[in-house]
Amino acid sequence: MNDRPVNERLKDFKEVDSGLTSDEAVLEALRCIQCKKPLCIGGCPVGIDIPGFIKLISEREFEKALEVIYNDNLLPAICGRVCPQENQCEGVCILSNKEKGVAIGSLERFVADRALVQKSNRKCSVNPTNKQIAIVGSGPAGLTGAAELAKKGHSVTIFESLHEAGGVLVYGIPEFRLPKWIVKREIEQILSLGVSLKINHLVGKSVSPEELLQFDAVLIATGAGLPHFMGLPGEHLSGVYSANEFLTRVNLMHANDFPKYDTPVKQGSRTVVIGGGNVAMDAARVARRMGAKVTLIYRRRRDDLPARNAEVIRAEEEGVSFVFCSNPIKVLGDEAVTGVECLQMALCEPDESGRPGTEPVPGTNFVIDCDICIQAIGQDPNPLLLQSMPSLKSGKKGTIAVDINGKTSIPHIFAAGDITTGAATVILAMGSAKTAADEIHKMISI
Amino acid sequence: MYLIKSINELAPKIWQIWVNAPHVAFHAKAGQFVILRINEFGERIPLTISAIEGDDIRCIFMAVGKTTSALAAHRSGDYIRDVAGPLGKPSEIKKYGTCVVIGGGAGIACCPIIARSLKADGNVVKGIIGARNAELLILEDEMRDSCDELFITTDDGSKGVHGFVSDILKTEIQKGSIDAVWIIGPAIMMKVTSEVTRPVKIRTFVSLNPIMVDGTGMCGSCRVKIGDQIQFACVDGPEFDAHKVDFDLLMKRQRAYLQEEKLALEYHNKEQCKCGGPNNE
Repeated sequence: MNDRPVNERLKDFKEVDSGLTSDEAVLEALRCIQCKKPLCIGGCPVGIDIPGFIKLISEREFEKALEVIYNDNLLPAICGRVCPQENQCEGVCILSNKEKGVAIGSLERFVADRALVQKSNRKCSVNPTNKQIAIVGSGPAGLTGAAELAKKGHSVTIFESLHEAGGVLVYGIPEFRLPKWIVKREIEQILSLGVSLKINHLVGKSVSPEELLQFDAVLIATGAGLPHFMGLPGEHLSGVYSANEFLTRVNLMHANDFPKYDTPVKQGSRTVVIGGGNVAMDAARVARRMGAKVTLIYRRRRDDLPARNAEVIRAEEEGVSFVFCSNPIKVLGDEAVTGVECLQMALCEPDESGRPGTEPVPGTNFVIDCDICIQAIGQDPNPLLLQSMPSLKSGKKGTIAVDINGKTSIPHIFAAGDITTGAATVILAMGSAKTAADEIHKMISI
Repeated sequence: MYLIKSINELAPKIWQIWVNAPHVAFHAKAGQFVILRINEFGERIPLTISAIEGDDIRCIFMAVGKTTSALAAHRSGDYIRDVAGPLGKPSEIKKYGTCVVIGGGAGIACCPIIARSLKADGNVVKGIIGARNAELLILEDEMRDSCDELFITTDDGSKGVHGFVSDILKTEIQKGSIDAVWIIGPAIMMKVTSEVTRPVKIRTFVSLNPIMVDGTGMCGSCRVKIGDQIQFACVDGPEFDAHKVDFDLLMKRQRAYLQEEKLALEYHNKEQCKCGGPNNE
């Protein structure tokens, strides 16, 4: 990690980690011992030939290294940044037993960024099959499915409801963690395979189920974009946001640059963020960059935070203060929020997730003053599509039910990513989209 | 990019715009809306679909804020960057018997399409439209064509009945049985008017217009309280059972960005002077 100094990065939204230089990349690549039975590949949800591309980096064959990655992943500049490598490839790297595992994510990012800067576009060289595929949603799963199927020569159309492609990559993850030009360039690469993109098209509304069924196959990748609210008294007050709204206003609509951009966001002097996941960290760090004093409230301990440790550390470095073992019970204020009333939480028996359950401790009420309150307590799958296609079998918590290959209850309709699992990671969504794309290819090639 | 087929001012500061948007026009039904973004710096604003003709849709808006003022400065032949839709649930159109469709101010924009749809399903439709004065009254002819009977009110008596739409509604309820009512206009007007149908338990719909961002259920900016439930106007509405809506809360949330809206308008006016016109983007 080559993080920019804290005082510098708090002044802007530019990327925190400035990445590896080519010499640093080569040195890091040389640390890889090229295991005979590499564990890292098994740790990667899309199964990239990791030792293969690292060896090429050590030989300064950067373009060839990228070709190796592209075989399995067409969004490497994105994955190199936002994958939780510490739990995946890097976590199982044999070197992590003794010292630090090889910085696989940084290496992946390094070769991908080089190509993006050079703006080399990829062309699809296979013969067209004339099979029409519809992809619903242009987030990580949708883009991966589109790329995999376009590579096989199928004619792919992506439907995106927003005005920009990328899904959570553009509305959710902030610029300082994932620069938007990177996302744009990687999407351009996928479109250059001959994929057509229809923005402003909400499937179920702008495209009817009947129209969708005219495609030879459909991949639903609509993600988990429905924000939870805690249902607290006072939640309606001005200044109370879902993390999705706060982040969308800033990331997608550029509210940090209001009034040059038309979309405003409330400028807080004290912001409270509720939640402990990556989205909570993102919201807290965006709020810091907008000049607020930020307190993050989490109901369990620091060790239980579901966010990536590196992002927690960066949030701490950036001056986010953490209040653990506490939970809000009420949002205070008349027209606008003025504070959050909380209770301390006691930890008890582990729940089904294996983390300790929590119980409020009566009489421990305390108030944190704030003028912005952001709830980052999770998202559910967006129910719109299921509502418009009632024959599509649903799974747990608003998901679409699929088999291990991504097949839904309707023939020729597949689903992948968060819509099938509930909110998870970018790379898991991509992995499941790849599987579904393979299955679609098999099905329509018969 | 979406072509503006025509744009004109119907009444002071109330504009009508026809936009070519086949993906919307083909699927749109009464009661639905679009999210529109003028240019890459623009915000996403919801506007109700007021009419559909071929591949084109009509929206009617009041040029009061930054985005609506900028939109009004467009000319036919110009383009709008984004039009997403149709969004929201359509009006619950079915055979009720006798229906009353009420519009106030710019809210009248939504009424003819609902009235026509109700009529097509075999309802007797009475229209009541009201404005502050005669000059601000829009779509009178269209409403007359769409309804079996039309009443007009103005606050100052310059046209039709001197009074409010709620006064006419009261008389009509006394006159005979009414099975369903639509009320569309400013939040305060919907609040007051829906109190007329509450005691007599007439099914009443209102179309809510809270602040939205994505318009597809992803942000929760448009959350409204319906009974004891929090719902999103963009996907669960925009039409709701009037007697369950917490209007005070709606109005509070509508006011959340007043300061920022003022700032944006000032910035817009300043920029406009600098570049010689709002179209030179």
